[in-house]
Formats: sequence, C-alpha cells, structure tokens
Amino acid sequence: MSKKSFRQAINEALRQEMRRDPRVIVMGEDVAGGRGGTSGTVDAWGGVLGVTKGLLTEFGEDRVLDTPITEASYIGAAAGAAATGLRPVAELMFVDFVGCCLDQIMNQAAKFRYMFGGKARTPLVIRAMFGAGFNAAAQHSQALYPLFTHIPGLKVVVPSSPYEAKGLLIEAIRDDDPVIFLEHKVMYDDEEEVPDEAYTIPFGEANLTREGDDVTIVAFGRMVKLANEAADRLEQQGISCTVIDPRTTSPLDTDTILDCVGDTGRLVIVDESSPRCNMAADISALVAEHAFDALKGPIRRVVPPHTPVPFASVLENLYLPSVEKIEAAVKAAMGHRVPEIA
Amino acid sequence: MQIARETLLRSYRSMRTIRDFEERLHVEFATGEIPGFVHLYCGEEASGVGVCANLTDLDTIASTHRGHGHCIAKGVEVAGMMAEIYGRQTGVCRGKGGSMHIADLSRGMLGANGIVGGGPPLICGAALSHKTLKNGAVAVAFYGDGASNEGTTLESLNLASVWRLPAVFVLEDNGYGEATGSSYACAGSQKARAEGFGMPYMECDGTDFFAVHQAAGEAIAHARAGNGPVMLHVHLARWYGHFEGDAMTYRAAGEVAAARADHDCLTIFRTRVTEAGLLEGTELDDIDSAVRDEIESAVIAAKQAPLPEAADLLADVYVRY
Repeated sequence: MSKKSFRQAINEALRQEMRRDPRVIVMGEDVAGGRGGTSGTVDAWGGVLGVTKGLLTEFGEDRVLDTPITEASYIGAAAGAAATGLRPVAELMFVDFVGCCLDQIMNQAAKFRYMFGGKARTPLVIRAMFGAGFNAAAQHSQALYPLFTHIPGLKVVVPSSPYEAKGLLIEAIRDDDPVIFLEHKVMYDDEEEVPDEAYTIPFGEANLTREGDDVTIVAFGRMVKLANEAADRLEQQGISCTVIDPRTTSPLDTDTILDCVGDTGRLVIVDESSPRCNMAADISALVAEHAFDALKGPIRRVVPPHTPVPFASVLENLYLPSVEKIEAAVKAAMGHRVPEIA
Repeated sequence: MQIARETLLRSYRSMRTIRDFEERLHVEFATGEIPGFVHLYCGEEASGVGVCANLTDLDTIASTHRGHGHCIAKGVEVAGMMAEIYGRQTGVCRGKGGSMHIADLSRGMLGANGIVGGGPPLICGAALSHKTLKNGAVAVAFYGDGASNEGTTLESLNLASVWRLPAVFVLEDNGYGEATGSSYACAGSQKARAEGFGMPYMECDGTDFFAVHQAAGEAIAHARAGNGPVMLHVHLARWYGHFEGDAMTYRAAGEVAAARADHDCLTIFRTRVTEAGLLEGTELDDIDSAVRDEIESAVIAAKQAPLPEAADLLADVYVRY
C-alpha cells in the first residue's frame, strides 16, 4: 500500500494486467508517442496526459500500439481484435471524440453478442478522459456516460478515486463484455492509498462513502468527492447524509439506491452530464416508480444547464455542480428555504 | 495455378449453393413469409467463393449487408442460415440477428453487417489478432463500391498499411451503392486509392472463378507472408435490386438480362472445367441435384422450426451483467 495518483493507479492496473495476460494490448493515439518524430525518443508522451507512460518500454511495440488519429478504424480494430482473441484496451483520449467512432462502439462491439445469438465475446475496454473543469471547452469537456449507458451491451465505469480506478480497471480488463472506462481529467493528480497488488472491484455494486439518516446523495465520478465535502459541511449543521458512489452506470446498483432512499426518504442526485436523459433523470424515474411512498419531498437534481460546456472559467464554474450547489440542494430537500445558486 | 479437383468440386458446390439459396429467397420473400430486409448476392458468387477457397477456418472474414454468399463460401451451415432468415430459434443466431447479422466465429465469419463500411475496421482488428498471436492467419474485408467511400474504409486502408497487417480488402464493385451508380459516387480511381495508402492493387473479373481464385490467392499469400495489406478490386454485377422489392428503376432495360446471359459465373465455370477436362458435366449435375435437395430441406425445416421464446429476448445481451 502506498500513496498513488489517479494516473499512477490506472497505469499500474494496465501494467499488472499486461504482465498477467499476454492477450492484453494497449492501443490509441500517442499511448506511447514519438514514432516518426525527429528526436528518436520512443515513449515520448505515454498518452496525452502521461497515463500510459512506460508501458512501451516494458511490453514492446507489439503490445503498445500507437495509432494514427483515426478513431473509427482503431476503435473498430479494437472491437474486431476483441472478438478474435485479444483483450484490447483502447484509449479514445477525450471521450468527446466518440463522435468519430460511435458506430464501431454502438452498432458493432455492443451488439455482437446479442446479434450473433450469444456466440461472441468482446472483451474490449475503451478508456477515455471526460469532464469539465479544465477550460477545455465544448469539444473536450463532456461527461458522456449517459450516452453509453443508453446502449445495451456496453458496461460503463466512472471511477471516483485512485483506489476505485485501479480495482475497477482491472475488473474491466478481465470482463468479457465491452466496457467504457471514463476517467475524469481533473482527477489525474488526486492521490490516496492504493494497494500495490492487483485487486478487483465488482461492477454494479455501489460504494457508500458515508452513511447518514436525513438525505441520500447519489454522485458519479468526481462528483463523489464534492458530495462528500458538502456532506461534511452539512454534518456540522446537523444534517446527516448518505453518499452513494454507484461506480458503474451500467450495470447500475438500483437496490442500494432504493434501500438508501427507503431509509432517508430524501434524494439528491449529483450528475456532471447534460441534464436531459442523464443519470439524474434515470435515477429519478427509478425512485419515483419504486420508492415513491418513501419520499418525504421532491427529488433534487444538481446538474449542469442544457448548454455546451463553456470555456471561460467564470462560465465553466457556473456550469458545473459545486459543493455549494450540493449543499443548497440537500437543504432544499430537507425543506429549508434556500436561495437558488446560479 | 493448378487447382485441386476437390477444391474445384467444393467451389462449384459452394457457388451453386449460394445461387440456389438466393434464388429461393427471392421466391420465398415474395410470399411475405420472410420478415425484414433481404439483400441478394446472385451473380456475385464467384467472388466470395474464389476468395474463400484460399482461406481456412482460422482466417477471418467480415462481410456486408449482402452477406449470404460470404457466409456460405466461408462454410456457415446452410440450414442454420435459412432458419435465421426466417427468424427461427434454430437459426445460427437464434433468430436474433436475421439476414444482415449472420455470423459464425467458429468458421472465422465475423458477421454480415448492417452498416455500410462497418467491416473494414473490424478486419484490421482481426488481422491484428492474427499478427499478435502469430497464428499465420489472415483477415479479409469484403466491402462494396458504396462502402469504398466510407471514412471507416479509408481509415482502415491507412491503418492496415501503418501496422502492416495481414489483411486483404476485397472490393466487390457491382456498380451500384444502393440506387446510385459508382461512376457517380466514387471519385478518382480505386487503384490510386490503394497506391495512395501504399498497398498493392489487384483487379479481376468477378464472374470468373478462376480469375478471382488466382488473384485472391496472390493477395492472400502476400498478406499471409507478412508483407502487409492488399486491395483486390473485383468487378461484377448484381442480378437483383439493392434489396428485395427494389424495382431497379435506375438500371437500363436489359442490363441484368445481359449479365445473366453473358456473365453467369456458374455457366462460365462449367464450360471452363468441362472443356479442359477437369471435371465431368455429370459430376456438376450431381452437385446441382444435391444442392437443390439441400435448399429444399432447409426451407422446409426453417418453416417448421420453433420461434424464439420470450426468454430469448433478454438473453445474451452480456456475458455477465
């Protein structure tokens, strides 16, 4: 056990799985970097934010493949390789680039098994960074996990910390279905204690990061941290919260959510993705249908407005959920009269 | 190149099976008993069979929406295909894929594909598997002139060259992407495209089994030897519409009749092998008769086969969920 960053935890998961299973390969744009460059430096980047640094040196160019900037062909190749004996981990760099290769994910990889009558296995992992807070603007900041969650055949993972990232990524690589693994780009330098050895965290089993009596907060990815900070503040004001990190949006641990709402009677959902048809909407429908009688008041959603992600910090901060917005939403759920935070 | 007698007999049977399978589907579709869309491969048999005669079960192919011929050529079982097209539980995909998604990975058949240009990226991946696992196999993407313009295809030509993959891109050019002529939709030349991506370009008459077999043999040998990808441009004609029910108002009167009369790959094959004394006409007659029976049995069995059950709806979305 030692302190590791989100970036190191992911790198270690990849490294340990590549050592364990020679069928695991890594591919993507600049996952090594440097080929064809004039300096002659190989492994120049290790991914645009250095997450795959050092893999080329250890595993060689047969297993760490730089791709041209052609998402459709290499994501499709990853799907085809997965269906024919390899276990590829393809990096899509920014999840926003899924616009260039959605067919290969949505119509090919996700559907092979069902269309082919159960005969195909597609052990594919697509890693991508997501999320706002980096001034990366509208085409590099989206939180698109609801888009993948909508597609039957895909599993979708949104880790909330370094510990979670390592265990969930190893689980993803060992899983026999296509998995979309989404890393919040603002979290790469977050650190916490992470075991040195390989371990897995099962999909579809939510983590309760704290338990309380008054309000259930469901949060995804980086929002888990914000939700816990809000819960700390609320604790001091006499409001105790349960915070649920579902870890995966598909499968979704609906039992834990319903149980907690049954206990607290109040629900706040914190979701960084665009508000229409997102996880907050999905979970609201779930609770309205199955735990309506337990609710003591309206469900509150802390979500961005229905706009693209803006560039300027002042706008991006307005756009994103924040500790203050979560705190206000919890108080509103408690029936307090609170001023709305823009 | 001398082709083994067994290969000739097997290839003729395969072409005849495709022809009868498709002609029968044409008839049966008109009765309304077959659900969904059906895209027929009639007239193009020598292409799929000529290519696949150079492959083993270890080699992978990806097909198109017009995939029945590639499936049969790659050895997918005919009765299971027919049952699939009828939406039956006994179908190769348990009635959940249909005509456009027939696949059999145990035969190296990575699926027909409902998306134009869907296959080439997948074939890059299959070729990458073969290369990484060092199993000596190759991967072949069949794609049409319509798909030749898809970004996925062009990206795949590039990726296959960059990674020097054991892949062959078989462009089946029947002159039409749905109802639009390739002379309108394909800019430049396919040869220049292949050369632009740094891979050898070959072309052949897709109605001549021997021409396809020869060219595909060379292309596949090139890829199998680790020399990188090849594009094989096969010229052929589609005898039916884009899909069944297409009145083909975009084609000149007599175009299809001329193709049937003068460019029937089965007739060409029969003439060639009997005149050269490679096979006896009676041997071919026997195959014709056996195939007729096989297709008849497949249709009867498909019509009598059980329909999928409610539980099938929820099965096999995931390996585990």
